[in-house]
Amino acid sequence: MSVEIFLLTLLFSLPLGLLVAFGRMSKKKILSAVVKFYIAIMRGTPLMLQLIVVYFAPYYIFGLNLSGFRVPAIIIAFSVNYAAYFAEIYRGGIEAIPKGQYEAAQVLGYNKAQTFFRIIFPQVIKIITPSVTNETITLVKDTSLAFVLAQAEMFTIAKQIAAKEASVGPLMVAGVFYFVFNYVVAFVMERIEKKLDYY
Amino acid sequence: MENRTILEIKNMRKSFDGIEVLKCISLTVHEGEVISIIGPSGSGKSTILRCATMLETMDGGSLMYEGNTAASDESGSIVYADKKTLKKIQGYFGLVFQSFNLFPHYSVLKNITEPVVLSGKAGKEEAKERALTLLERLGLKDKANAYPASLSGGQNQRVSIARALAMQPEILFFDEPTSALDPELTGEVLKVIKALAAEHMTMVIVTHEMKFAREVSDRIIFMENGVIHSQGTPEELFNSDDERLKAFIGKLEA
Ligand SMILES: Nc1ncnc2c1ncn2[C@@H]1O[C@H](COP(=O)(O)OP(=O)(O)O)[C@@H](O)[C@H]1O
Ligand SMILES: [Mg+2]
Repeated sequence: MSVEIFLLTLLFSLPLGLLVAFGRMSKKKILSAVVKFYIAIMRGTPLMLQLIVVYFAPYYIFGLNLSGFRVPAIIIAFSVNYAAYFAEIYRGGIEAIPKGQYEAAQVLGYNKAQTFFRIIFPQVIKIITPSVTNETITLVKDTSLAFVLAQAEMFTIAKQIAAKEASVGPLMVAGVFYFVFNYVVAFVMERIEKKLDYY
Repeated sequence: MENRTILEIKNMRKSFDGIEVLKCISLTVHEGEVISIIGPSGSGKSTILRCATMLETMDGGSLMYEGNTAASDESGSIVYADKKTLKKIQGYFGLVFQSFNLFPHYSVLKNITEPVVLSGKAGKEEAKERALTLLERLGLKDKANAYPASLSGGQNQRVSIARALAMQPEILFFDEPTSALDPELTGEVLKVIKALAAEHMTMVIVTHEMKFAREVSDRIIFMENGVIHSQGTPEELFNSDDERLKAFIGKLEA
């Protein structure tokens, strides 16, 4: 369950974050203000609270029984939250690229899409990889929040087992699981960073 | 003998935040001409090049390359040509920046070939051949696979000149091509530009290197406060009695 939330959240929030970053940097004042507000909410309130809202609001407010959609709801909540964090990381990266890169590309006849995807974005990726790694590690730990929402998720199962056997062993196992999970993530990201370090 | 006109700027005006930094600049460049623009910092030299290369939109006047109108005044407001015409015009000129602006994530070779291929000026193979020939000529043959960060400033600037030349522009603009370099590295870049002048490459060069400007230019333009204060052959300008011009040249030569 943790792994599924983790992978799907990354899959959705990384591209979504880029779109959000574009919205945030838009010259259209209304769009950029709305996006800024969304980012402020996402970053300013606890993820746990957001998850509870997504999880219980449909039932308490609208009387809908969406229990079959709990997992997708959690993944959507995670993705929308992480997109906000990733958006700010992208924005920082994009703003760090010197204006001269755009100007050189323009004079050499690159169109807007070519300039972004060939010249700007590859440089942005290199700049933001360390921050994305941090965020990714946080995400691994955050997947445990699904626990409070009674997911069939690592800690939940561990706790059930723990109660039955009256032992802290299973909780230790859960802790070790998250640690190993993050260790693998950090390792993979480090490899990616090394790969990007060709210039 | 009057060569073909490559660039024609008439009454170019440009303001930033209500302050007019270019006032009525007119400049015609013929094929094979080498023109240097000199003048104090802030006089508008870069802005001329940036308007001519369409990095800035001008506020008034007209801009033409080889008889194609890029921008013109129509009843008091500036009108730029349609996208297709502008794209064509874009191919007529190249610009070498003070700070090179090479693409750091590309090898030297890819910096030069990709623009050529993307613009459809040549296929991959031909672009590569062109690039290698240029690198050889500029003494950078062994740097084809290096990345810009591993090169000296002088080498980077020569690569950026090669990148511009590979597009085979009709006219090449330089904005202080040696100002970001350590003094001992300016020579190698100036030598390259001199070699281009000897081949009658059409060039407009903003520079503070007075000796170089004197040697290489057919015509020198002295800018001050957004206007062309005076212009003429190197001999005319360097022997001028004009107080401001004398003061400016004297300061740089001292
Ligand atoms: N993007 C800009 N925004 C505001 N002012 C600018 C901008 N670019 C240039 N200027 C101003 O225009 C004037 C001319 O600048 P520039 O053409 O760069 O001079 P030069 O290249 O001769 O040193 C300067 O006063 C400069 O501050
Ligand atoms: Mg300048």
